[in-house]
Amino acid sequence: MISSKSVSGLNGHDFTRGVMPRVKSGRFYSYVLRGSAVLFSAVLVLFVWSIIRQSWPAWSHSGLSIITGTNWAPADSQFGALPLILATLITAGVALLFAVPIGIGTALTLNYIVPPRIASPLTVLVELLAAVPSVVYGLWGLNVLVPWMSTTIQPWLAGLTSGGWPFSGNAIGLGLVLASTVLSIMVLPTIVAISRDVIAAVPRDLIEGALSLGATRSQVLLKVVVPSAKIGLLGAVSLGAGRALGETVAVAMVIGSSPSMPHSLFSLGSTLASTIATQFIDSSPQQLAALGALAMILMFLTASVNAIARALVQRGVKG
Amino acid sequence: MTDLLAKLPPDPLLERRRVVQLMSQKTQRARSLRSGLFLSLLVSALMVAIIPLFFVCAALVQRGFKVLSWGFLTQVPQQPTLMQQDTIGGVGNAIIGSLVVDGVAALVAVPLGIILGLYLSETQSRPATALRSITEIMTGLPSILLGVFAYVYLVLNMHAFTGFAGAMALALLMTPVITKAAETALRNVPRTLTEAGLALGARQSKVSLKVVLPVAAPGIITGVLLALARAIGETAPLLLVMGASIQYEWNPLHPMSALPLMTFNYSSAAYDSQHAAAWGVAIVLVAIVLILNVMSRLVAAFMRRERH
Repeated sequence: MISSKSVSGLNGHDFTRGVMPRVKSGRFYSYVLRGSAVLFSAVLVLFVWSIIRQSWPAWSHSGLSIITGTNWAPADSQFGALPLILATLITAGVALLFAVPIGIGTALTLNYIVPPRIASPLTVLVELLAAVPSVVYGLWGLNVLVPWMSTTIQPWLAGLTSGGWPFSGNAIGLGLVLASTVLSIMVLPTIVAISRDVIAAVPRDLIEGALSLGATRSQVLLKVVVPSAKIGLLGAVSLGAGRALGETVAVAMVIGSSPSMPHSLFSLGSTLASTIATQFIDSSPQQLAALGALAMILMFLTASVNAIARALVQRGVKG
Repeated sequence: MTDLLAKLPPDPLLERRRVVQLMSQKTQRARSLRSGLFLSLLVSALMVAIIPLFFVCAALVQRGFKVLSWGFLTQVPQQPTLMQQDTIGGVGNAIIGSLVVDGVAALVAVPLGIILGLYLSETQSRPATALRSITEIMTGLPSILLGVFAYVYLVLNMHAFTGFAGAMALALLMTPVITKAAETALRNVPRTLTEAGLALGARQSKVSLKVVLPVAAPGIITGVLLALARAIGETAPLLLVMGASIQYEWNPLHPMSALPLMTFNYSSAAYDSQHAAAWGVAIVLVAIVLILNVMSRLVAAFMRRERH
């Protein structure tokens, strides 16, 4: 009879070695890998810290009145960012109003309607839309869209409400409407790309089941595909929102740079990001701190939107 | 046969099927009409999505090409005066600036991104998962925040606007993109290759560097090219930290100019000739970005052919 002790310790031999071979990992190699991971994490911490540090004097000086104040006048040391926050939210919101239906529609078309042979070059075109640098969109908006906006689109919009809210004021091209238009083009590729992944993850059985019951293609898309991809599509929209909230240069070029409270969609404005971009150089230390506070608000806004979006998309793709 | 069927008691299932069929026949025309309408709506959404690309390209070609010349690409800029409104010189300084800044950024971001990709693809620990989610969130953060970061640590400490600070901001922008691409490419390498290597007695490091990395190389190269394309067009962080130079400036420790900055500045400049030059710079920029994109696609297509 063999005691359990003698089995496990037979000649001091470790039986698990036969089952699970030890992999020599190379100590230097694993140090390099882990070291760079630690280094990068440290840089990320420093990144967040840099923005907190830059904004700290502003928070300790003005407190939460930075968020609630309505007057952004650096020359008078007034740093109320509410108009900027509102303009950021409005432009992103209006941009999504157009980009979401068009983006999801495009994704559905590419995945289900157009044959793959045609869909793949079309997909490349949509992806190229994302490759165009934002400064080029800004330039295009400034030189091509402004005249078109002020002579055609804005008078037409004003006619819709006969000059009332939200299309009141002078039609000068620049302003919130133009910024929203440019933004909607810029976030479109993001929404399309993520929506396609999410839609592609809808189980084939569901679609075939609906088809075999005699549903038309539109019924399949509207009543099966979209509802079952709902969460992931929401994630795609949130990712687009994150991009729209943080877009800087193109918005700075077309929004008219005026930090006043937005009264209508025709008014000029400034977003959080565009204000940082246009005022950072040649600022007093006090104003730099206030701009740091804007950066911190922006970071908080976009990081939370992105985190939510990632979680939604992951749930959507896993099904 | 028919008599026999008629004598049978009516089958409730068959009866229901008949009713359903009748109903569906009745609504079929309306449903297929509605379906057709909806599908054409979807197709028009696709067209609306692509139209801006053509408008942008048309504007670029129409306004940008007439400015382009050898001198425009190689000379340094000149300030137009009231007397000579059309002397704008060239953008050679910005081309060199972009080259140096993006080169330095790539020098940092490419190795770091690949190493991080290796780490994330080989590690399942909790810190690795956390790092992965944080890098993913990083890719969605507005690039201007990276400009603030570079300003606080590099510009303030070096007491100067430098190309180096811009390069570091861009490196931080590129690293998550490369990391993500590298991790995906490395994970897609068949596990059997790794196991074969390990079974031959090679160390994990040797297997990773000599077996897995070469197989994943096309995917990683694709990621690097796309990250470069994104960095070259990036304006916002450079705006805060680079300053400007109107000379040929090769030293990244000095203020520098870059192509996107040049476009941005010219677009709001005083003279018409400068506005025209903005389009010239833009077309150079878009051409570079397009070339990088096409290259990345070619690499990806090459990889797919190799597999099959």
